[in-house]
Order: sequence, then C-alpha cells, then structure tokens
Amino acid sequence: MTAFKSLYRSMRRVLPSITRAGSWRQYPIGLSLILIAPLFLLLGFGFVYPVAQLLGQSFFAPEFGLGNYRRLLETPLYLKVLVRTVTIAAIVMIAALILGYPVALAMARIRRKLSGLVMACVLLPLWTSALVRSYAWIVILQRRGLVNDLLLGLGAVGEPLKLIYTQSAVIVAMTHVLLPFMILPIFGAIRMIPPELEQAARNLGAGQLSVFIKILLPLSLPGISAGCLMTFILALGFYVTPALVGGPGSLLMATLIGQQTTETLDWGFAGALSTVLLCVTLLIVVCFRNVLSNNRGISNVA
Amino acid sequence: MSPDLDFPLAARQVADERSGVFVRPRFFLWKLIVSAAASLLLLLILLFLVLPIIVIFPMSLGGANYLEFPPRGLTLRWYEQYLFDPDWRAATLFSLKIALATTLSATLVGTLAAIAFVRGNLPGKSLLQAITLSPMIIPHIVIAVAVFIAFSPLNLSGSFFGFLIAHTMLAVPYVVLTVVAALQRFDITLELAALNCGAGRIRAFLLVVLPNIRVGITSGAVFAFLASFDEATVAFFLSGVEGKTITRKMFEDIDFNLTPVIAAVSVVLTAISLIVMGALQVFNRDPVSARR
Repeated sequence: MTAFKSLYRSMRRVLPSITRAGSWRQYPIGLSLILIAPLFLLLGFGFVYPVAQLLGQSFFAPEFGLGNYRRLLETPLYLKVLVRTVTIAAIVMIAALILGYPVALAMARIRRKLSGLVMACVLLPLWTSALVRSYAWIVILQRRGLVNDLLLGLGAVGEPLKLIYTQSAVIVAMTHVLLPFMILPIFGAIRMIPPELEQAARNLGAGQLSVFIKILLPLSLPGISAGCLMTFILALGFYVTPALVGGPGSLLMATLIGQQTTETLDWGFAGALSTVLLCVTLLIVVCFRNVLSNNRGISNVA
Repeated sequence: MSPDLDFPLAARQVADERSGVFVRPRFFLWKLIVSAAASLLLLLILLFLVLPIIVIFPMSLGGANYLEFPPRGLTLRWYEQYLFDPDWRAATLFSLKIALATTLSATLVGTLAAIAFVRGNLPGKSLLQAITLSPMIIPHIVIAVAVFIAFSPLNLSGSFFGFLIAHTMLAVPYVVLTVVAALQRFDITLELAALNCGAGRIRAFLLVVLPNIRVGITSGAVFAFLASFDEATVAFFLSGVEGKTITRKMFEDIDFNLTPVIAAVSVVLTAISLIVMGALQVFNRDPVSARR
C-alpha cells in the first residue's frame, strides 16, 4: 500500500510539470544561462577579445586608417603570398581527395578484418602531433634523407637533390598531415550507402566503372564536400608544417603573419593579414555550406 | 543511358548464365589485373600515410650524431639525453601540467554548456553554438597571434594561466561536440522514469543522465587532452623563456639543431597520444555501449 501511496504522491508532483509542455524536458532559462556562463566568460576573454583586438589593430596601428590594407594591396609580394596560399590549399585539397577516396572506399567496402587494418593506418597519423609528422618529412626529404639516399643508391641522381624547404615539400607534407580529415568524412558517407544499391546496379548489368560513377560518387558527394571543406580551410591557416618544411621561397599567409608578429613586430600589419585570411576562410565556409546543403538535396532525389 | 537501354544487357547476362557461360576467360584476366592494380594503389597510399611516422622509431635508436637511415648500431642514448636534459624535462612537465588542467577545465565547462545546448531554454541557440565551435574553424595562426598580442601586456604569455585559458578555449569545442552527441542519443524517458520514482532533479541527473553520457564525456576529455598536449601553433607564440611547452621546445630544436634527440621526443609524444587514445577505446568498450 505504501508503495502505491508514494507512487501516487510522486505522480502528483511530476504530472503538472509534464502537462506544461516540455517543461521537465527543458531547463528554465535562468539555469541554462548559468550552465553556459563559464563557457562564455572563457570564450569572451580567451577568444573574442583577443581576435577583436587583433582585427581592430589593423585599422589603428600604427595610425588610424586603411594604411595596412593599402600596403597589402600595393605590394606585389604580399598579393603573391595570398595567391600562393590559396593555390597550395587547393592543390593539397585535390591531392588529398585523389589519395583519400580510394582509402575511404576500401575502408567501407572490404572485409571486416582488413578494413580494421586500413582504419588503423588512417587513425595513426590522425593521433600523431602535426609537429611530429612535419619533423618526419624533414627526416625523409633532407639532403642526406631517405629519398636522397635511395636515389643516390640506385644511381638515379649524381648528387643529392634539394627536396626540403621547397614548395613541393610543403605540398607533400601538408597533404600527409591533412589526409585523415579528407578520408574520415568520405568514409562516413560511403558507409551510409546501402551495398544493396550497388548489387542492384550490377545485377542490372552496370559495369564496375558505371556503378562507381552513377551510384557511389553521387551518393558520397556530401562526404566529399565535407572533406574538401575541412582540408581546404585547415590548409589555408596551417602554420606548423609550412614554417618547418617550407623555405623563404614558399612563404604562406600563416608564416607571413607569424613573421610580422615575432620578427618585424608590425602588429597592425599582422592584424590586416589576419583579417584577410579570416575573411577568406569564412567566405569559403559560407559558400561550401550552401554547396553542402544543395548536395544533400540532390542525393536525396537520386 | 536510360534504364530501358540497360535492360536488354541484363537479360543477355541471364541468358549467358543459363547457358553455363559464367565468366569469359579474357574478361576474368582483365578483372584480375584491375583488382591487383587497385590493391597495389591502396597499399601505396597506406604506406604514404604510415611510413613517415614509423620511420622516426629506428631514427631515434641510431648511433650516429646526425640522422641516418638505416641506422648503424642501436642505442638508447637519445632517450637518455632527453630524460636527463633539464630543459626537455621542464618543457615536458610544463606541457603535462597544462594538458591535465586543460582536460579538467574544458571537460567541466564543455559538459555544462552541452547540457544547456541540448536541454536548456536558450534564446539564439544556433548563434551561441556557432560561436562555441568557431575556434575549430578560425585559422589557428590568427588565434595564436591574437592571444599572444592580447595576453602579453597582461603578463599571461609564458604563464600557466595564459596557457590554461588559451588551450581550454581551443579544446572546449571537442567536448561540446561529443557531449551534445551523447545527450542527443540519451533516451529522455529514462530521466522521466527516475523523476516518477521520486528522485529529485539533481539526483536523477547524477544517477541516470550522467552515467548514460559517460562515453561522450570521456571521449571529449581525451580529445581535450590531446588538443592541448599536441598543440603547437598557439604554444609557439604564447611560450616564454620560462614557461615553454614541449612542442615549442621541439619547434626550436628542429629549426636550430636537428639531433636524433628530437626523434626520441617524437616517439615519446606519439606513444603518449596512442596510449591515451588506446585507453579511451578500452575504457569505453563496455557491454552497454557495445550493444548500441
């Protein structure tokens, strides 16, 4: 009897809150604000304030006006750096897509034991510090490094090639560092495609190539777009790898900003460069977002 | 190609199979070549992914003063040098201290915020979420320079608290993402059942909700640890002469004296990352989550 009584009592206590739609599901606004307050204090002081100050300095240091931006636009060197940054990010993105798609496809479609092995090969670099991976590329590409030793040993070249501190070294190392960010979203998309679709297409007489072009590729487009977006924006603002593997001839936006901050101490100009890099990144995120949602619409129809 | 063009082809294949011609021999050979080529391509890409990291290990054991491959003679000299060098030791301890403190603060702050995002009544929720996740999208170089310029006059650069704030800000999005995902998977009627059985809000949260989102919280905590411990860009700018992280020390040494000690440090860093991620996999593989 007492059990019934307590059940009844608790029902009476809880029921009114259920009848008011969603009130037990949803915490009141005051509590929600208290829960989120620490995060916003942190972001306000550690993120919004510093970034706003940096962007502001581009207009106020050394004097008020658009001088920093005029300097950026009027110096061919800086424009070249901007173009080079976007170009290298695009090359890295395409290279990562070409290398990453087969891996993602294999991970989603081969036997379970093997796919675990492939997964491990993708996750190992993802869990290794970008600094360690850039260092590894220095070891491989330096004057007396692995590649040069191999080429000398085979007699393919007479003397060591200059591989490190070049633009191609930056591209190779950045592709390696960012490849997992391309593979994982594509893998996620392909895993969601039911294998029966491919079987049905094969059954209806489609060859492997047309199954790939007509079924796998369009249905994995959301994953491709997400992977491309990730690698492109990460490549745009990457500092560690270009700073270590690149040379004076392969100055990128990130390394230029770093130089202006620590070597020339021109914080106003660093702010202007940061503003440009930030705007380019945000612009691409906004554009790609539209592409992303469009793709989902297309793949639903298909 | 329209479907009605494809159909006769399928019919022809069926006819082929009925007559006992399953695969034409030339076609079979062609398929074998194609699949062998595909496997080879896959193998090469996987080697490209893994080999650069594996190469570091023999490097760290090499006997010579400079980097050579294959190494002549095995030695633990570089690990010894790393362990007994006061600079490296100080940098490692400083990094570990920051990473552990960041893990605690990011997990706490991120979990509270995630609860507010999923269960709370917040005006302009999507805007708040976008701001929370933006440290993941904004180029790290911009954040690094901004934090460096803002924290220098406050004497926060090179200090423990400066790093704690900066790294917590970078790590919090990972915690928010994993805990939000866990809360969205959580069956909310379980909490209602607890409330029905007489538990108070706090008791229901601690005994029913929290154990169910444990996997999300621990994953977030591990990502937060790695986001701080492996972080190099902000650490490069925010480090001072005194407070220097292991990543900043490594950065300097790669630029100035490229000794095999760095290979040993790289192996240690990679091992720590792998151990932490492996521990997460083991810890999260309980019967409840396996069934899901």
